[in-house]
Amino acid sequence: MVKPTRVTNEIRGLRFRHGEMTQAELASRLGVTRQTVIAIEQGRYSPSLEVAFQIARVFGVPLDDVFHYPDIEEPAS
Amino acid sequence: MSYEEKGTWVLLTIAVGGYAVYLFLVLPQLLAGTSVDDVDWVTPMLWTIGGAIVAGIVGRILVEIVSPSESTKGDIRDKEIDRLGERVGGSFVVIGGVGALALAMFDVDTFWIANALYLGFVISGIMSGITKVVVYRKGVPTW
Repeated sequence: MVKPTRVTNEIRGLRFRHGEMTQAELASRLGVTRQTVIAIEQGRYSPSLEVAFQIARVFGVPLDDVFHYPDIEEPAS
Repeated sequence: MSYEEKGTWVLLTIAVGGYAVYLFLVLPQLLAGTSVDDVDWVTPMLWTIGGAIVAGIVGRILVEIVSPSESTKGDIRDKEIDRLGERVGGSFVVIGGVGALALAMFDVDTFWIANALYLGFVISGIMSGITKVVVYRKGVPTW
């Protein structure tokens, strides 16, 4: 079953808090295209774990500060 | 639009256009009542396949001249999208192959066997291209 990702991220905010870093600059530091950075920011692409760690490393923050995943509701017992 | 996405559009357009040219050259012969033994299909097929390869190269160059990409290197997302598209397209090559095999077993004319294979290749290219374009636009799905 194909479904959209539930992963959200703070990349846009982090870019602005880091000297208004452009998408092109972030893409260059990650070794991906600018379109991929846009897709990640907009939640149209979940990056690999490796790229996710690289993004966190660029901003100098833990992975949890960049990406969020909603809590799964526990089924009623 | 990234370099790889532009390339996908070029190949998709050529897959549709190339087969349309082939049908334009072969269908009138069939509709005119020419026997499949006498239909000239080999030359049009070879020319449209060869033309598609050349058009793919020329098309990509022209697109880059008109709208240069920031980079001509693909990345991990391009690879994932390519893999997904090829997986969808690949199934139609198999369907075309199985169809051709069945036709051969029934000793059907070579014309139909070759055309079943060619159609399989074309549909494969089109479905692969459509899948990639949709995924580029709508996002890479998760399962």
